[in-house]
Amino acid sequence: MGKVTLDAKVETIDGQGFQLTRLDKVIGAARANSLWPLPFATSCCGIEFMATMGSNYDLARFGMERMSFSPRQADLLIVAGTISKKLAPVLKKVYEQMSEPRWVLSVGACASSGGIFDTYSVLQGIDRVIPVDVYVPGCPPRPEQILDGIMNIHKLVSNESLRRRNAPEYKEMLSTFNIEAND
Amino acid sequence: MTKTELTNDSFYTSLQEQFSSSIISKEEPFGLVTIEVDSKKVLNIIKWVKENTSINYLTLIGGVHYPESERREFALVYHLHSLTENFRIRLKAFLPKEDLKIDSITSVFSGADWMERETFDFYGIKFIGHPNLKRILNEDSMDYFPMRREYQLEDATREDKDDTYFGR
Repeated sequence: MGKVTLDAKVETIDGQGFQLTRLDKVIGAARANSLWPLPFATSCCGIEFMATMGSNYDLARFGMERMSFSPRQADLLIVAGTISKKLAPVLKKVYEQMSEPRWVLSVGACASSGGIFDTYSVLQGIDRVIPVDVYVPGCPPRPEQILDGIMNIHKLVSNESLRRRNAPEYKEMLSTFNIEAND
Repeated sequence: MTKTELTNDSFYTSLQEQFSSSIISKEEPFGLVTIEVDSKKVLNIIKWVKENTSINYLTLIGGVHYPESERREFALVYHLHSLTENFRIRLKAFLPKEDLKIDSITSVFSGADWMERETFDFYGIKFIGHPNLKRILNEDSMDYFPMRREYQLEDATREDKDDTYFGR
C-alpha cells in the first residue's frame, strides 16, 4: 500500500495497511488549507487585497476561494485599511460574531497603527479593540506582502492547539479587550 | 425687488435697501461678494434673499475659529447660489465664544439641516430652532469639538511618536 501524503508538513508513520499521525496536526493542516476569510476592506489596502484575490496572485491557491461575507462562517478576519474611531465598535462586533477558532490579519499601516492618519478621528491601530495575529506593513502593501502575511497565518493555524478557546491564557487575552470568549 | 440681473453691485445695493443697519462690512475677494452681517439677522436676511432674488440654493454652511480675535472668535460662512443666473454670494456672521448661538435657517433651506449639524459637531455652535441638533460625523461619545484651534492635530492616544525623533 502506497503512502498517502496528507500535507507536506504533517508527519506520518506508515505501516502495512495503516498510517499513524497526530490528530491535532491533521486538523491543523485541514484548517490552514481551508480558511474562509472575511475581508473588512475600507481603503487602498482593500484594492491591493482585491488584486491579491484576483487571477495574477490568486489567493484561491491556498484554499481561500470563498470570501465569507458573514462573520459567522469566517475563520480569518482580514482588516485592510483605515478604521475610524466611529467604525471601531462595528469592527469589534464583527469580530465577536465570528465563531472559534478565529484569526485576524491586519493589512497595512493604517490598520496596524493608524498610519499617516495621526488625528482625532482615526483609530490608532485595530489592536486597540481586537487581538491581531499577524501584521502586514506597507502603505499599501504589495500583494506579495499580503500573501506573506497569509502564509504566516497558515503557520499559526497549523500549529494551533485544537481547543485554544478553552486555554486560560487565551481567555485572559480576550478579557483584556473586554471580549467574551465564544464556546 | 424685481428679479433683475444679479451683479455684485446690484445685489449689494438691494440688500442695503432692506438691511442697511445689519450690514457690517463688504468685500469682494476673487470677485465673490462677501458681506458680513449681524449674527442676529442672518435668518431674516437669508429668508429675504431666497424670497426676493433668484438666489435659491444653499451651497454650504461652514464654521471658522479665530481664537485670537476677541469677541469675534467664531465665524459662520454661508455660501448661496443662484442656479438660474450662476451668481454666488457669501454671507459671514461672527459670534463671541461666550455666546455661541445663532438662528437655524432650516426653516428656509431644509438642506441646512446636515450642514448645521456638521458645524455644531466640529465647532460647538448651537443653532436655535434646529430640529435635530446632534453630532453627525464624529462618534457620539466624543466630548469636545475637534476643529477648534485649541487641540493638537495628532491623536493624543498615540504612543509611538517620540518628540525626540520628531523635533517637537
